[in-house]
Amino acid sequence: MTKDAELPSAGARTEESVLPVEGGTSPPVGVPPVGGRATARRRQAPPGESRWIAGIFLLPAGIFLGAVVFYPFVYTVIRSFFKDGPSGETAGFAGLGNYVDIFTQPDSWVAFRNNVLWVVIVPAVVTILGLLFAVLTERVRFSSAFKIILFTPMAISFLAAGITWSLIYVDEPSMGLGNAVVTGVHDAFSSSTSYPGLHPLNDTVLKGSPAKGYTTVKPVSPGSPALLPITGLDLTSPPPNARQAQQPASGPGVSGVLWNDFKLGGGGKSGVIDHGELGVPGVQVQAVKNGNVVATTTTSVDGSFAFPSLTSGSYTLHLPHGDFAPAFAGVSWLGKYLITPSIMIAYLWIYTGFAMVLLAAGMAAIPRDALEAARIDGATEWQVFRRVTAPLLSPVLLVVFVTMVINVLKIFDIVFILQQPAGGNAKYANVLAVQLYTDYGNQQFGAASAVGILLVILVIPAMIFQVHNFRKENR
Amino acid sequence: MRMKSKRVAITGLALASLLSVAACGGGSSNSPKANASQSGGGSSPTASGPNLKGASFDILGQWTGGEQAAFQAVINAFDQQTGATGHYTPAAGGDEAGVLGTKVAGGTPPDIAILSLPGAIAEYAKPGKIYPVSSAVQSAVNSNFSSEWGTLGSYNGKMYCVPVDAANKSTMWYNAKLFSNAGISSPPQSWDDLIKDGKTLSASGVQVPISVGGGDGWTLTDWFENVYLRTAGLQKYDELTQHKIKWTDPSVATALNTLKQIWGDPQLIGSPQQAVKVPFTSSVDNVFKANPSSALVYEASFVATTITSDKDPAKVGVDAKVFPFPSVNGSQPVVEASGDFACAFTQNKAAQPFLAYLASADAAKLLVGTQGSGFLSVNKNVPASAYNDTTSAQLAQQMVKVGNDFRFDMSDQQPAAFGGTPNKGMWGDLQTFLTTGNVKATQQQLEKDASAAYGG
Repeated sequence: MTKDAELPSAGARTEESVLPVEGGTSPPVGVPPVGGRATARRRQAPPGESRWIAGIFLLPAGIFLGAVVFYPFVYTVIRSFFKDGPSGETAGFAGLGNYVDIFTQPDSWVAFRNNVLWVVIVPAVVTILGLLFAVLTERVRFSSAFKIILFTPMAISFLAAGITWSLIYVDEPSMGLGNAVVTGVHDAFSSSTSYPGLHPLNDTVLKGSPAKGYTTVKPVSPGSPALLPITGLDLTSPPPNARQAQQPASGPGVSGVLWNDFKLGGGGKSGVIDHGELGVPGVQVQAVKNGNVVATTTTSVDGSFAFPSLTSGSYTLHLPHGDFAPAFAGVSWLGKYLITPSIMIAYLWIYTGFAMVLLAAGMAAIPRDALEAARIDGATEWQVFRRVTAPLLSPVLLVVFVTMVINVLKIFDIVFILQQPAGGNAKYANVLAVQLYTDYGNQQFGAASAVGILLVILVIPAMIFQVHNFRKENR
Repeated sequence: MRMKSKRVAITGLALASLLSVAACGGGSSNSPKANASQSGGGSSPTASGPNLKGASFDILGQWTGGEQAAFQAVINAFDQQTGATGHYTPAAGGDEAGVLGTKVAGGTPPDIAILSLPGAIAEYAKPGKIYPVSSAVQSAVNSNFSSEWGTLGSYNGKMYCVPVDAANKSTMWYNAKLFSNAGISSPPQSWDDLIKDGKTLSASGVQVPISVGGGDGWTLTDWFENVYLRTAGLQKYDELTQHKIKWTDPSVATALNTLKQIWGDPQLIGSPQQAVKVPFTSSVDNVFKANPSSALVYEASFVATTITSDKDPAKVGVDAKVFPFPSVNGSQPVVEASGDFACAFTQNKAAQPFLAYLASADAAKLLVGTQGSGFLSVNKNVPASAYNDTTSAQLAQQMVKVGNDFRFDMSDQQPAAFGGTPNKGMWGDLQTFLTTGNVKATQQQLEKDASAAYGG
């Protein structure tokens, strides 16, 4: 704590590098620092130079700012109080109607809710991950190499990063990396189903569902073979070992045949084994008596099965669901529930390196003797981190956190891009900036203005904090 | 690639095409070989056209690729007849509405622009930005088109624009091989047959018999509009289009319940959660790719363009066949259509003669007959033989045959906030309906969104 005075300067340097990253596009970001610098310069003006000369030099900049920042801002505020007609014109005074709509219309309400989620989750996680990597990379040998790798995503545009991640999130395991991993892991632990999509044409013989399996409606007794028709086998590429189904011979025990009651080109008779109709091989068949499975067998290549040991009584035959359930298709990354977390992950991938570099720079400025003194006094590494590193680093942590809050409030590009492959689920990822863009595209200028002003209002506290910090450290 | 580019333009950007790789191959793969000499009439330079030597005019549109080549052939023929010089420019970035709006606002409108939304015609006619057509143009339109098409190009009883091409949005495309595998010899004529055949296809091993491209909400609005046209009739359709009746009307419930017979059956459309993610181009590919997972897809005549732009395209008319959207409860044949209109923005002396030429059968024959054009015309005097393939001819004849019993795409006539925004308004509400199947909630949400968009 002895060299407290040194840290702010580190913080101030960071601050300088932070501001340009945000971009100067939104009005409240650009204005205050410029005004601040101008005042400072005026105060330091050497005696003899009159104020009006300074005024003349400032005039062009003043006019420019007025035209591109002040006027649009005021106009936006005014426009947000007016209703929208069908094609962009104003349709009467709305009062706060457009603002109320943000919270009552489902789309914009989802957008607001998602923005809150983003602000609550992302800056904290970015800061924590950044700190983690900063601390860890400091301890490894090729720390610069690690830092470069982690920082690389920052060099990629949001557009490119978004498209990359949209490929990762593709549903088909053969195309999307995400689901390739998930299904790979899943299939390593459980076998995949053999006949997804197979179903009885009607429920006269077999009843049930793919999730429960199918059960015979009538009981089966030994001596009278059961004919179990099922449909849905892919006839253009049937299982290579499947053979023409045969009328089962009546043997001593319970027996039957499970066959695909549909032949290529149609025309077969329902419930009858026609020429060209294949048996369904390799399906598990259970004989059930009073709710208990008494025997289990598997269908052969022509679909026939037999329980030679069951020579008396009557049984229900059950085909367990394992063979029919739809194949595990992985995770719906861009589905209703996961789409926002998925986009957040892509965002973290981009920004963690950024936080790490800033925090590593901050850590480099921490005096080594303070750390060593603590270690000599017997502090564990965790205690050193908790009691010395973290407090000394807190100004930088704060800068990173607040910068992320501002960035995240304005989040647009990566959300917009990852919404494209999500189809009808895109609406669940809506955020305020995207809402503003859609309203604007629909020439709903009043609604768009209200969203814009709401965003400004949300960003202002963070901005004030940032500027305040900046001033304090400059002093 | 035209399709619904005006809608895509709202989300803007080449981005969409960057993401859906299949979508961008489109127009450019058609060899743009304008073949002006192919037409039956009008190729002789001494034909009856007026003498417009030295006149020069520009046309703004959004056609590129094969469509541009076909339109250029029309311009060339006109130039040859009259001595005028026409320049066609496709709007930069495919955003014709934006480019045109800027040009008009800046006081330098093109002499002629192609508009695809009837609403835009009214928007430009009201402040006098477009000029009414001459009597020659009017009589050409009246003699070559059914009166409803003339009405669509009119505002306040005055004709401003002439129909150029049209899309038939009541078409079901099917994989002929999968149909014959399932033993279906003739395509379904009625809604009940469609459901029955869907089940048969499912039994024959087709995973998802009916492919629904719910990822692009406009395919769902077209489904709904076709069913509504058939269950509620033309008059109700007009009333709903103009929001004269509410979306909570019982007729809407009937249409949604009818739709639900197919949309709510996983055996027919697979998992709705999955269907709502499938974009239009994939919904077509799923039917016509090498290992098809579906046998049937509903959309419009421009599905042909999507099929032929595939890497290994199915043959339209042989592998990929088409039948009209089936009748529901014995409804009469009706067609949902969309189309493009040419409007004069200046009083250039070549503008009206060119519009008159566009409305003629000669121009229409060139438009549909140029290799790779993909255009359909609703000009009554274009014979089926003018088309390059029988499928296009069949689809065009279907539109001509219904006369005035066609309706323009409903969502295209709505304010963009309700009828033209991805995942919002009508698009979004029907996507929700696809996954939930809740008729009442969908109706209420549709009504809420519609009245908000109408500024109610």
